Amino acid sequence: MIFLTRHEHFNAAHKLYNPGWSEEKNIEVFGKCANANWHGHNYNLIVTIKGEVNEDTGFLMDAKKLSAILSEHVCEKIDHKNLNLDVDFMFGKLASTENLALAIWEQILPHLPYNVKLHCVKLYETPSICVEYFGN
Amino acid sequence: MNKKVAVFRKERFNAAHRLNNPNLSDMENQMLFGKCNSPNFHGHNYDLTVKVTGYVDPKTGYVIDTKILSNLIDETILEKFDHRNLNLDLVEFKDLNPTAENIAMIIYNILREKINASLELKIILNETEKNYVEYPA
Repeated sequence: MIFLTRHEHFNAAHKLYNPGWSEEKNIEVFGKCANANWHGHNYNLIVTIKGEVNEDTGFLMDAKKLSAILSEHVCEKIDHKNLNLDVDFMFGKLASTENLALAIWEQILPHLPYNVKLHCVKLYETPSICVEYFGN
Repeated sequence: MNKKVAVFRKERFNAAHRLNNPNLSDMENQMLFGKCNSPNFHGHNYDLTVKVTGYVDPKTGYVIDTKILSNLIDETILEKFDHRNLNLDLVEFKDLNPTAENIAMIIYNILREKINASLELKIILNETEKNYVEYPA
């Protein structure tokens, strides 16, 4: 078993806001993150896949192909976008780092080759805050 | 001991913005600013470095008390910029494109009024890890 990790980054706007709550309740729970006109982050995304090395190529997976999957199904959809308004795979979800990591996992999973498993999606919202999701 | 020393304070704020010139057409804006023109905004973790240069005060051993500098940045910059939309929430950018260049100049102007004129001031603003600006140049 070997692990391969790729780093990506994207810049996006969002706000934390539960439409089922009053504005007061949102501000009480989410504080300045509920700012009506959005705020934003430089997100760093770290994706790790795992599996066995292919004897013919010496690869777990061609890193360029992994890069293309992340680019097409994740980064192009969210980079320089508003996570609440512009991103189809976040519609109806609270745009927290946790939910974004879960959604990114689902975006990547169907596109990996059968012999490669998704191990971890790690997402930094700021240099001091990150979430990790291992699929369970 | 008549030597100058530079003191730095680093802070961060997270903000949304978009680059758009209202005097240009949508197509011109799109061509000029690319994905930074995205209509619903995007955002950054801005890393701000404030550099204050001057002579060490023999009484305190300080160029500037970093606690005072920290409070000043907190009250005049972070309160204003953090978790805001630069285009919509800040009057300073009502008619000014919130590029890193313009943000740095606005921050400089705010702090310059509050920091003793005998001290030199420089603003370094990282918009991303790779892109940053310095003012005055």
